[in-house]
Amino acid sequence: MNIIVVGGGKIGTTTIASLVAEGHDVTAIDHNSEVLTELTNVYDVIGVMGNGADCETLEEAGVDKAELVVAVTDSDEVNMLCCFMARQMGAAHTIARIRNPEYNDRSLSTMKQHTGLSMAINPERLAAEELYRILRLPSAVKIETFSRRKFEMIEIILKEDSPFVGVPLSELRSQFKAKFLICVVQRGESVFIPDGAFVLQGGDKVGLTASPAEIQKLLRGMGMVNKHARNVMILGGSRTAYYLAKRLASGGNNVKIIEKKLPLCDELCDLLPKATIIHGDGTDQELLLEEGLKDMDAFVSLTDMDEQNILLSFFASAHQVSKVISKVSRDELGALAQRLGLECIVSPRKIIANVLVRYARALENASGSNVETLYKLMDDGAEALEFNVKDDPRLVRIPLRTLQLKPQVLIAGILRNREAIIPSGEDVILPGDKVVVIAAAQHLQDLADILK
Amino acid sequence: MNRRMVFYVTGQIVLLEAILMALPAVVALIYGENCFWSILATIAVAVLLGLGLTLLRRPKNQTIYAKEGFVIVALSWVLLAAVGALPFWFSREIPCYVDGFFEMASGFTTTGASILTDVESMSRGLLFWRSFTHWIGGMGVLVLMMALLPSGSGRSIHMMRAEVPGPIVGKLVPRIRDTAKILYLIYLVMTLIEVACLLLADMPLFDSLIHAFGTAGTGGFGIKATSLGGYNTACQWIITVFMLLFGVNFNLYYLLLIRSFRPVFTSRELWVYVAVAAVATALITGNILSMYDGFGEALRHAAFQVSSILTTTGYATTDFDLWPTFSKTILLLLMFIGGCAGSTAGGLKVSRLLLLGKTVTRDLRRLVHPRSVGTIKLEGKRVEDPVVRSAGAYLVLYFALFAATFLVISLDAFDMETNLSAVAACINNVGPGFALVGPAASYAAFSPLSKLVLSFAMLLGRLELYPLLIAFLPRTWMKD
Repeated sequence: MNIIVVGGGKIGTTTIASLVAEGHDVTAIDHNSEVLTELTNVYDVIGVMGNGADCETLEEAGVDKAELVVAVTDSDEVNMLCCFMARQMGAAHTIARIRNPEYNDRSLSTMKQHTGLSMAINPERLAAEELYRILRLPSAVKIETFSRRKFEMIEIILKEDSPFVGVPLSELRSQFKAKFLICVVQRGESVFIPDGAFVLQGGDKVGLTASPAEIQKLLRGMGMVNKHARNVMILGGSRTAYYLAKRLASGGNNVKIIEKKLPLCDELCDLLPKATIIHGDGTDQELLLEEGLKDMDAFVSLTDMDEQNILLSFFASAHQVSKVISKVSRDELGALAQRLGLECIVSPRKIIANVLVRYARALENASGSNVETLYKLMDDGAEALEFNVKDDPRLVRIPLRTLQLKPQVLIAGILRNREAIIPSGEDVILPGDKVVVIAAAQHLQDLADILK
Repeated sequence: MNRRMVFYVTGQIVLLEAILMALPAVVALIYGENCFWSILATIAVAVLLGLGLTLLRRPKNQTIYAKEGFVIVALSWVLLAAVGALPFWFSREIPCYVDGFFEMASGFTTTGASILTDVESMSRGLLFWRSFTHWIGGMGVLVLMMALLPSGSGRSIHMMRAEVPGPIVGKLVPRIRDTAKILYLIYLVMTLIEVACLLLADMPLFDSLIHAFGTAGTGGFGIKATSLGGYNTACQWIITVFMLLFGVNFNLYYLLLIRSFRPVFTSRELWVYVAVAAVATALITGNILSMYDGFGEALRHAAFQVSSILTTTGYATTDFDLWPTFSKTILLLLMFIGGCAGSTAGGLKVSRLLLLGKTVTRDLRRLVHPRSVGTIKLEGKRVEDPVVRSAGAYLVLYFALFAATFLVISLDAFDMETNLSAVAACINNVGPGFALVGPAASYAAFSPLSKLVLSFAMLLGRLELYPLLIAFLPRTWMKD
């Protein structure tokens, strides 16, 4: 598929990397020739130098043949204009990054209507949503929801003394009396889709799916701490912090934001009357302790500096804060921090890239059982996809036991009439269902791709 | 440096050469010639060498950075010529290996300079291989490999950049593999059209193939002592036109294919190229009018020789060494210009000269108006300063290497005209020069040292200097 990505910044680069890995033909537009040279040196893309909102630049990039234009420059206005121009010049779909909260309310729907914008993405808000999900269930490393939270997948890291360790998977379900499915396991560098005979070890990162109620039950059964994070300290008053604090405060949690710049503090005070805003340097450890770091249920580090986030997260971990999350944008730093022991790392760039990859994949198979949701799991080693089922005679009304699935593919859940079914061999897929599939080491485009 | 990856890719190239050699083997089989066995033996050597390089050390890290790209290209080309020379040596048709290496370096770099004194006595299989190397070398063997094999990463652009001539190398479409495929497809189709045209003009099939290969790669190996002098005028005109066509930037053909005509007709490089050819043809026609009977014949010879030398092909319809000095000087100057960037031609390239010309104009204006600001534009686009600077540096390096080669060659006691034109003809990938290396003579008289130096001059010219220099710097191979 022909995709044009406007803007070669951090998000643009990650987006390009994942779209190229998906096998798309990507054209990058940027006004900086050095950025373009670097991009074309590293990724298999073609570069066009110029302003992405300029019609000649877009023409040169072949906008009339593009199926998707993604505008992710650092300016909301340029992104909007660029998508507007691209749409006028024949691009089939356009996605703009729009991060300013002011544009993200009523004005957005007006804009979508008049400029033909297919989707607006707001990295900060998406990151805040992911952070919020994790804080709701602090014992998990990561939570992905399917079908409006009817069905969830959580990632947890097993401790050595976890009751899961040493038991074959086939016996786990009866042992915990909960309906769940362990669908993916990461051990060291390798990712498995386990079968019934698989035995878990301490240190494994496990992805399991169930309905939210079952997950609560299960975690209680496992004896894992499982209350909402009530008291949350957020470091840095970025937009992500604002969105997150808003969600948390509206849920009645205590939020404390520490921000260095006074004007930003004032602004946050206006916007978030329920939150406590502290003006001070978050890297000052005395300040953190004074503000009650030790009594916090969760510590979220959201400054612009990856390194700062990582270091302060270690500091918080050392003071027994039970849930520590750090925002790390650069992949290599994130991997490093994980190896050093930080469990929970959120990368806004990856979130955006996942959203775009999902969108592109859904575009490609608009006719078949298309991808509704897509999550990359276990450091991109596996994917969880939610499909809308169409009436495909190869798939529907056949007991799962008799379906010939590819190796490393698992049907993790079926959603029928708003009810989550953890499938067994006797279950069948019906048209109109939503199906959650976990796949390792392959790109699924369509539900039928799971068959051999 | 990632040596394993360098050897791995080089091994793949040698394997590819083995596959490509199947074609001349088939030709030798058809004509029932003994050289079949020499070709077969070479294929065996190439397969062993290629497997040795690829299988024994399969690299875990497959990243190709700029440095690896340069070294891969340089090593591959040297090995291509070294392996390609084996069948000539095995069959004793060229008894000396250095001569064979010269011949093959000349083949792959599409130079067309030959050490053969009696080309008509060669076996057809080897003649076919000799000309086929022009075709492979014209568009580039790494580009061919990229078109055939799925690319590991986007970084293989470094290999393409090192192999495709011109100051700025870009892609046609986002994916490098598709770009390589498109280039080769255009190349193949144009070659086939030329073969068809030549067949229609009553040239035998074998001769048509040989000359189409020579024209497409802008090489110049022929199979007759008189080059193209013995063929009818229709054939000569067809080849004149096709030589000019293959000297045009292939990106323009792609633009024509996707029906975007405006950039093609407004291309400065194309028009300058056409204008140079037209002016040179006119001047030479006037100059040699008295030597031939009639304007038509003079024009035909002038046009043929101009397009042959300008595109650095090196075919001849007449012994232009007998022409007046004025015409010969024009031809010598044309050698340096060469074709357009992104074509199969050699030389300095029209676009690089345009760039240098514009820089000189800007600097002159700056001398008069010291505060004037000037940007340099090419094809309507601003050229970034690093590109402008590197074009200047390229020119300096070019003449430095030219001088060094010229000095070494002069150890053989030939006259200045011979030496100067030999170096110019080799480094610009033209082929024939003047005097002792004129179109009717050969490079056989040079000493082995000179032949080796000239072979490297050809490789330097084809790969645009840098890859070979970088590969031979000891620092490149050290751990850093």
